[in-house]
Amino acid sequence: MTKELIFAGFGGQGVILAGKILCIAAMKEDKCVSHIPSYGAEMRGGTANCSVVVADEEIASPVVEHPDICIVLNKPSLDKFEPRMKEGGILIYNTSLIENKPKRTDIKVYGIDCNRIAAENGSERAGNMVALGALVKIVPWLCSVDSFEFALDQAISARNKKFNEVNLKVIKAGYDLPLNAQ
Amino acid sequence: MSEEKIYSFPKSMREVTTHYCAGCGHGIVHKLIAQIMDELGIQEKTLVIAPVGCSVLAYNYLKADGLEAAHGRAPAVSTGLKRVHKDKVVICYQGDGDLLAIGTAETVHAANRGEHITVIFINNAIYGMTGGQMAPTTMEGQVTKTTPYGRDPKEVGWPIRACELLNTLEAPYYIERCAVYDVKHINQTKKAIKKAIQNQIDGKGYSFVEILSMCPTNWGVDPTKAAEWVRDVMEPYYPVKCFRDGGEKK
Amino acid sequence: MSEKILMKGNEAIGEAAILAGCRHYFAYPITPQNEIPAYMAKRLPEVGGTFLQAESELAAVSMVMGASAGGARVMTSSSSPGISLKQEGISYMSGAQLPAVIVNMMRGGPGLGNIAGAQGDYFQATRGGGNGDYHVLVIAPGNVQELADYTIKAFDLADKYRIVCMILGDGYLGQMSEPLILPKAVENLPAKDWALTGAKGREPHIIASLRLNPDNYLEKHVYDLYENYKKIEENEVIYDTQNLDDADYMIVAYGTASRICKKAIRMLRAEGIKVGLFRPVTLWPFPKKEIAEAAKKVKKILTVEMSMGQMVQDVQINAGKFCDVDFLGRPGGMLPEVEKIVQRVKSYV
Repeated sequence: MTKELIFAGFGGQGVILAGKILCIAAMKEDKCVSHIPSYGAEMRGGTANCSVVVADEEIASPVVEHPDICIVLNKPSLDKFEPRMKEGGILIYNTSLIENKPKRTDIKVYGIDCNRIAAENGSERAGNMVALGALVKIVPWLCSVDSFEFALDQAISARNKKFNEVNLKVIKAGYDLPLNAQ
Repeated sequence: MSEEKIYSFPKSMREVTTHYCAGCGHGIVHKLIAQIMDELGIQEKTLVIAPVGCSVLAYNYLKADGLEAAHGRAPAVSTGLKRVHKDKVVICYQGDGDLLAIGTAETVHAANRGEHITVIFINNAIYGMTGGQMAPTTMEGQVTKTTPYGRDPKEVGWPIRACELLNTLEAPYYIERCAVYDVKHINQTKKAIKKAIQNQIDGKGYSFVEILSMCPTNWGVDPTKAAEWVRDVMEPYYPVKCFRDGGEKK
Repeated sequence: MSEKILMKGNEAIGEAAILAGCRHYFAYPITPQNEIPAYMAKRLPEVGGTFLQAESELAAVSMVMGASAGGARVMTSSSSPGISLKQEGISYMSGAQLPAVIVNMMRGGPGLGNIAGAQGDYFQATRGGGNGDYHVLVIAPGNVQELADYTIKAFDLADKYRIVCMILGDGYLGQMSEPLILPKAVENLPAKDWALTGAKGREPHIIASLRLNPDNYLEKHVYDLYENYKKIEENEVIYDTQNLDDADYMIVAYGTASRICKKAIRMLRAEGIKVGLFRPVTLWPFPKKEIAEAAKKVKKILTVEMSMGQMVQDVQINAGKFCDVDFLGRPGGMLPEVEKIVQRVKSYV
């Protein structure tokens, strides 16, 4: 099996990091993974996204044209990636920042109040972690939620490791949410 | 009467005839470097970087390991080589077009980093090897192949003073301008080059010696007139003096 | 056994260079390869090496030349417009037979172009790139593991043949993270009896590219260079194939483009269309004989590139007499679409 994902949001929302953490967690469970970040001329405030592929066979292409799964944390990202999704795909979107509902009816849609849940669990900046927890609840094949502890340890620089504990708590809060496709 | 040997051919110089013209300053400076290599006993650890220009074949005359840089890049090449061989003596030999036109960036930045190299800069106010075109140091009104009506500063700018330019930087350890138009100045030049090389041996930092020199062929004068022209025309614009010693501005 | 780590392509190159014994790195920043200088700036001081941010590409490649002449394993990296500037030093080093590793993480051109991955520098890389008769040994890795493995190989080949070796990647490969098993460190670096170390107890060494006298001095030197190139062409060709054994159609692609083609091949195979991949890894020397042999067994070739078609000329020259060669490409840092490749191959059936 191969799953192609897009993580997208504003620069600073941590979408590229979320993709990387998923890759490390899945790699720990012997999956093949790849991660390509978008890299714009702007450093902050623009839209950012990353393409992630998780597979149980050699990854042919790391390039994601039509994602199976999209995690979008802001409105411009929803507008950009919703039309590109594969039929039957899974869309997780951040209702904290996106008022309009996704339009497509041929995909499964999950609206999550990422920013609020993150704030309630100790870090208002960790909306990306809420989405990550929810993602592996919805698609358990990707990796187990327990592998994120290892992934955070690998991915986060020494300077920021102090946030790992709260990030893990936020991931678990996302994982424990009651999730129903709309 | 006892005989005393007061002169011999430098061991660090190859016994070959150079390609330099009569009255050219390169041969004088090459010999000074060779004498200093002998005196300091550094022939076996000297690495000479040759530039593009008349002195591109410097490695054929100086008996030391030699490397040829692209035009203007000698300070960068010297940087790479010195960073590998910190215990060797790297002499970066350049002309005016190489050092102040095509290689200005490399010159300024190597000096600004305080690279532990010795830069020997031959300023003869003209491009020699390509046949007498304007150099960045060509004097106001000087006729060259590419300034047939004389250098007009309003069109092509004023001659650049290298020592004064580099003396604005923090890092250089030693900056001096010399000349080789007469014996007195040749002796002063030897002292300056020796100091510049000793600085490197002692790990002091970047040393820069500019030498006002003659190009009778491209100036279209005989060697005697050429020497006089350096004294009378170049030296007033390019004062012969020490600009910095021991890291202190003079 | 080494653990798998997730590593960015650009950083994998940096770490592999250090494992290859490279302790000198000089470069000037340019997107999309900035992770290489950043990585080297951090790592080289830890292993007693020298990192220097040069004032320009011209200066950086000249510093590489100086360090190489001193006998060191040395590297620089850049992306397309910066590599154009480095051509001066590459030509000089080629003339003086100085080994070095140059990384080009290609981006869209011409000119400043854009910062997306592209493959528009194939001609420049494989035809020498600077002035004069010479070649650079060009290796085009296809994933992060290969970026690391072939960086080490590039250092070994550069020293073995006293040649400039180029790792030709692109922005996507450089930015991509994939699992990597770090290669083993090179333990014994080759002796360089030609290097500049000071003429102690020997005649001075002269390293130069100027050859004026006698009249045929340069001519003879270039013949010698080409004798060396002939040995490289005979011994150092690298290529890879996938699904070619029973293939009716062959796709030829390298680097990131080959990854996209692998996906297209899977989709085509799932529909019963017999198609395989021929992936040149050394672009110079190009796998001439090997591609010709492969061409004899298929009905048609499709060359796919992230350019307007450059490698396709080498495919045409070497395989064109055995079957038709078609081309599909996109310039400007855009990726060829999988669906378009699938459709094109289907049109041959």
